[in-house]
Amino acid sequence: MTESSAAVFEPGAGDPRFWRDGAIATTVFMLLVLLLLTVDSLRVLTEGGGGNVPAYTVINQKITYEFDAASNMDKPVIGEEELLFGHRYSEAEAKAIMDKGKLVIQSRSCINCHAFFGNGAYYAPDLTKAWLDPTWEKMWMPMTQAKTKEEAMVQFLMHPDRYPTWARQMPNLNLSEEEARAVTAYLKWISSVQTNGFPAGFGRREVAR
Amino acid sequence: MNQSKKLGVQYLTASIVMMGALLLFGLLASIFYLKYGFLLGKLDFNIVKQVHINALIIACLWGFMGAIYWFLPDELGIETVGIGLARLLFWVFVAAVAVVVLVFIFVQYGSSDESGMWLVNQGRKYVEAPRWAAIGIVAVFFTLAYNIFASVAKARKVTGIMGVLMTTMVPLIAVYLIAFPAPTNMSVDLYWWWWLVHMWVEATWELIIGCILALALMKLLGTSRKVVEIWLYLEVALVLGTGILGLGHHYFWIGTPQYWLSIGGIFSALEPLPLLGMVVHAIYDAGKHQMKTHNKPAFLWLIAEAFGNFIGAGIWGFMMTLPQINLYSHGTQWTVSHGHFAFYGAYITGIIAVAYMVAQESRGIREVRGNAWKWAFAGLNIGMVGMVGALLVSGMSEAFIGRALGGSTLDGFMASQSNSWFMQGMIARTGFGVIIVASYFILAWDLATLGRRREKPSPALATS
Ligand code: HEM
Ligand code: HEM
Ligand SMILES: [Fe+2]
Repeated sequence: MTESSAAVFEPGAGDPRFWRDGAIATTVFMLLVLLLLTVDSLRVLTEGGGGNVPAYTVINQKITYEFDAASNMDKPVIGEEELLFGHRYSEAEAKAIMDKGKLVIQSRSCINCHAFFGNGAYYAPDLTKAWLDPTWEKMWMPMTQAKTKEEAMVQFLMHPDRYPTWARQMPNLNLSEEEARAVTAYLKWISSVQTNGFPAGFGRREVAR
Repeated sequence: MNQSKKLGVQYLTASIVMMGALLLFGLLASIFYLKYGFLLGKLDFNIVKQVHINALIIACLWGFMGAIYWFLPDELGIETVGIGLARLLFWVFVAAVAVVVLVFIFVQYGSSDESGMWLVNQGRKYVEAPRWAAIGIVAVFFTLAYNIFASVAKARKVTGIMGVLMTTMVPLIAVYLIAFPAPTNMSVDLYWWWWLVHMWVEATWELIIGCILALALMKLLGTSRKVVEIWLYLEVALVLGTGILGLGHHYFWIGTPQYWLSIGGIFSALEPLPLLGMVVHAIYDAGKHQMKTHNKPAFLWLIAEAFGNFIGAGIWGFMMTLPQINLYSHGTQWTVSHGHFAFYGAYITGIIAVAYMVAQESRGIREVRGNAWKWAFAGLNIGMVGMVGALLVSGMSEAFIGRALGGSTLDGFMASQSNSWFMQGMIARTGFGVIIVASYFILAWDLATLGRRREKPSPALATS
């Protein structure tokens, strides 16, 4: 045992001030490193900043999620134009509908059943890549008789209680059509965020029941 | 009893009562997993769970504040400065919490604009409280900080413990301010939100409970100040040295740069070290003083804290903190298992320990007796360990089936949720929850009546 660690056990030896100064130095150093990393991370996180988070106008484009062998992870791929609700959103319009979507998500406390990027609750499915979920085409479009995926989503979000399909049931949260559209746009945008491969294998796997 | 101690008793009482709400709403939330369509459209899962976790935050904060107001006069030798304001704010705080809970339960959802955020529900996990209430919490924190700083100044005595406690007030308030803005960009939102959640529970609160338990140890076992302070500084160095960059274990998958996988993985993997240190400290102290104490329950709850903190936060956290594992365990009942074990082990146990010390001293009990505390201690700990074990089973099957095999789609998720191993865990969780709730009532009864009830005749007579 070194002299200083012996001090921990033996009162009378050692000086608390030594430990105090050590604690302060460690903390200050770690905080400085965190601040530096934060500056860099926020650059990467800013929408349309050229990092991992595309601009909100990405909702005008096709998004897919594919395995990238070079980096050994699943990554969103932004493709050709694919309008949402048949509309080409300008930068300002896209921003407005995202602002709305986020507030709807907060006001209805969505993340206390669902999760985004795996954060929230686990009673209902993670919504990070919900836009890309194969069930929209396979199941919800026929069921809601909607012509497009986004319309099926709006139908479902406005009246989830009409589709008691699973082991669990989403309540009707009284979304107006405008609110349901905003959430749909938000889900499309968020599916384009590069998340270091989470969730892994999304949409590429089938599980037997 | 001086005013500060009276306020300490009030806050601790409120904390124990709030634990009742925490447990009842937890038990209610668990039923949603067992019964299709439970309370659907009346009181939905998200609302019940929201009340559950907010009750947790409030129970912890009230417990800390109770302990601080209780120990402050002992530590400084004077009545706490500004205690009149603090006592007034206690009632404001209690009333505000009651209003928020009623609004959550009866109003439930606000409008999707700023007014909804100000009046009803901010919809961000753990800090759902509407902004008006959040402002109140900031005011309470400032008053607490003022009470501590002004009292230290008046007493002209900065002990090591007080130095650490004063320092914790800065992050306590600073990161709480993150509860106000609501960035549209979810990645940016979560980046800051984790500063609040992680920096509170894995840094600031660890140090606050460290200070509280240091004070408790000196009183309960007569440990020397010097030993306690050296340990506390070591804990500060290790908790912050690992925990500040350990924040990175929440920055794996939210759009953040890839270097967080290494930084978060490495530093958070070291986070259990200080918690292990506290176990060593507790065992060493207990052995040194041959466990001689006039307050057995307080002492045992302190030991439970040391182990609970190490196992619940340290081991259970470590289990899924490396990105290679977290990629699949992230956001499943596995997370919930750790969340329960850690919060219970690190904070709830510590608050209960202090509550027993306060009950003893405030009522002038020489030796804490009776059997009720034993039942409560056994029931709560067995119930909790059983519950987190059950959650771990569910969580692992969810991770393997829903995430690894199912690829986290709606279909994969639903397959994992109806899997029979998952369901067995969920049933067991509710079962253990019933044990926990029953034991809580014994605990509350014991704390309320300690020293006020007539002691039973000796056991020899009772069994005849
Ligand atoms: C002292 C005791 C307790 C503490 C400290 C506690 C703490 C927590 C925490 C921190 C969460 C959020 C976890 C996360 O999302 O990762 C949570 C969620 C939850 N708790 Fe508890 N809780 C306690 C008791 C209970 C009990 C007794 C039950 C039920 C028997 C329960 C049922 C739940 C449920 C169902 C959730 C929702 C998890 C989900 O999203 O699926 N809790 N609790
Ligand atoms: C007293 C200390 C701690 C408490 C109260 C605590 C509590 C929690 C809670 C409630 C969550 C869920 C957060 C959410 O999504 O809402 C969480 C997540 C997590 N904690 Fe802790 N924790 C503690 C210490 C630790 C330590 C020491 C480690 C690592 C060694 C750790 C590792 C993790 C990890 C990796 C996650 C993310 C889980 C996921 O990916 O879903 N925690 N913690
Ligand atoms: Fe953390």
